[in-house]
Amino acid sequence: MKKIDQTTFHIRLFDERSKQATAIHRLHPISKLFVTLAYLFVIASFEKYDVFELVPLVFYPMIVTILASLPFRSLSKQMLLALPFIIGIGITQPFFVDGDIALFKQMTISAGWIIFFTLLLKGILTVWATLLLFATTGAEKIGAALIALRIPKPLVLQFLLTYRYLSLLIEEAKRIRNAYSLRAPREKAIRLSIWATVIGQMLLRSFDRAERIYHAMKLRGFTIEQYGMTQQKMNVIDVAYLCSWMVLFTVYRLFPLSTWFEVIQ
Amino acid sequence: MHMADALISPAVAATMWGATAGITGYSLKRLNFDVEENKLPLMGVMGAFVFAAQMVNFAIPGTGSSGHLGGGLLLAILLGPYAGFLTMATILFIQALFFADGGLLAFGCNVFNLGFYTCFVAYPLYKRMIEKGKGIWSASVIAAVIGLQLGAFSVVVETVLSGKTELPFTTFTLLMQPIHLAIGIVEGIVTAAVVTFIAKARPELVNIHHSHHPKANRVLVALALVALFIGGIVSSFASSNPDGLEWSIAKTAGTEELEASTLIHETAAKWQEKLAPLPDYNFKNASEGGLINIGTSFSGVFGTLLVLFFILTVGTMWKWFKFKRAR
Repeated sequence: MKKIDQTTFHIRLFDERSKQATAIHRLHPISKLFVTLAYLFVIASFEKYDVFELVPLVFYPMIVTILASLPFRSLSKQMLLALPFIIGIGITQPFFVDGDIALFKQMTISAGWIIFFTLLLKGILTVWATLLLFATTGAEKIGAALIALRIPKPLVLQFLLTYRYLSLLIEEAKRIRNAYSLRAPREKAIRLSIWATVIGQMLLRSFDRAERIYHAMKLRGFTIEQYGMTQQKMNVIDVAYLCSWMVLFTVYRLFPLSTWFEVIQ
Repeated sequence: MHMADALISPAVAATMWGATAGITGYSLKRLNFDVEENKLPLMGVMGAFVFAAQMVNFAIPGTGSSGHLGGGLLLAILLGPYAGFLTMATILFIQALFFADGGLLAFGCNVFNLGFYTCFVAYPLYKRMIEKGKGIWSASVIAAVIGLQLGAFSVVVETVLSGKTELPFTTFTLLMQPIHLAIGIVEGIVTAAVVTFIAKARPELVNIHHSHHPKANRVLVALALVALFIGGIVSSFASSNPDGLEWSIAKTAGTEELEASTLIHETAAKWQEKLAPLPDYNFKNASEGGLINIGTSFSGVFGTLLVLFFILTVGTMWKWFKFKRAR
């Protein structure tokens, strides 16, 4: 039940946040999408021992979070939920990697732990940047951006339909779970034999719902070919935002933190 | 089993994005929305359904834990492989974008691992088995296990090729495959349970004609027999070469088994020698010989039953403890 509540809360919170009117929210979705992808590529390009090289890259999500007036707390909660697999893989590294790496003149650290912290930091930054894209853009604007980028319409439509019915069906799942809890208060999960019937009924209702939706769409003259979304115009600020981050990321990738120390020495 | 952006290199990410884009384009072409326009809302609602169904956990009998539906095979059975694949891709896109589960860079990998194998490898296998008269339960379990094994193996290959960790290929494979064997069996059972229900309630919704409906018990008995066969017969042919851990110890220390160096180690080793009923997977003082070693076979069967007994005992105790605490 906790999982259903968390998911419902997350969708509602991020949906509401995506409708704010900050400078970041007003930016063109394509600019934000490309900046996010570039950022993710830059992070992925760093190697397993480059933990310190990643630290300055914290500035991008931090600046965007502040400018978009997003709560750090909700973002960090969602980040924690997305990290267990990375932590699980990372925690094994000290067992497989021997040797130490010198940090400063008299300080060394186990190479395995360096890999662990690199993975952890990469995990935090990539999850943070992805959540920011959704929290500052919203599903419909992302859909419009995908259509503008010539992604096939059936795919975009399917994405928007799935998103639209997500909250509705999660609410239905919650009602089912509630009903079962009232009948069997001591059981944490539904018995397998009953589960199949419950989910099967939900599936049949979903089929009927899909048919009703299709009829309603057809009655309103829907065709895939004629489907279009209002496209936001890309202005100078959008281009400047995109170019400036792209240049910053490229320059930093070419001259990462370690090269700065070489210049100083 | 979601690949994460943190584990992937740009080259692997781009390659898998390319592969996924190719399969998506092919699926769109084969689906032909001009003719099957009504499939679009169905795919949308079914995507949301799988998402919601994943929130309704079921109790795994005898273990005290719970699991949830994966949905890939179910989507392929109900919508066909092309629509199933596209729906799975949408679910993974929403998971990546809104919940950061997986990630945008790793999206290509995840669609391939969870969508391609289930819809284009597991589902055709399932279909063939059903058409040949096999029951829903066995076809579903076998197809789900194969789909998940391939997916899990892909995660290993993608992680190792990305080179962002120092996880040895063999160790990671040995860790991932057995876990996903268990997940695959559970996924197969729950998929079969739902398909059986739909095939009875609204048979027109399931593309393939399901004629036989053997009970789940038969599959469980078959799995138990396979486990006993592996433990009893196949164990005799196990390699006498050192396993992965022994091999790595041999490489670093020059010997397969480390010698006891302290008094505590020595005492513990002596007691172990005295107490172990089947030392080195054989009877005490037994000599090896023959094609099938009775001692090793007995150890295999005994071990399998012991593990089963242990899991059932822990599961029952856990349930009893929870029941007591709830009161």
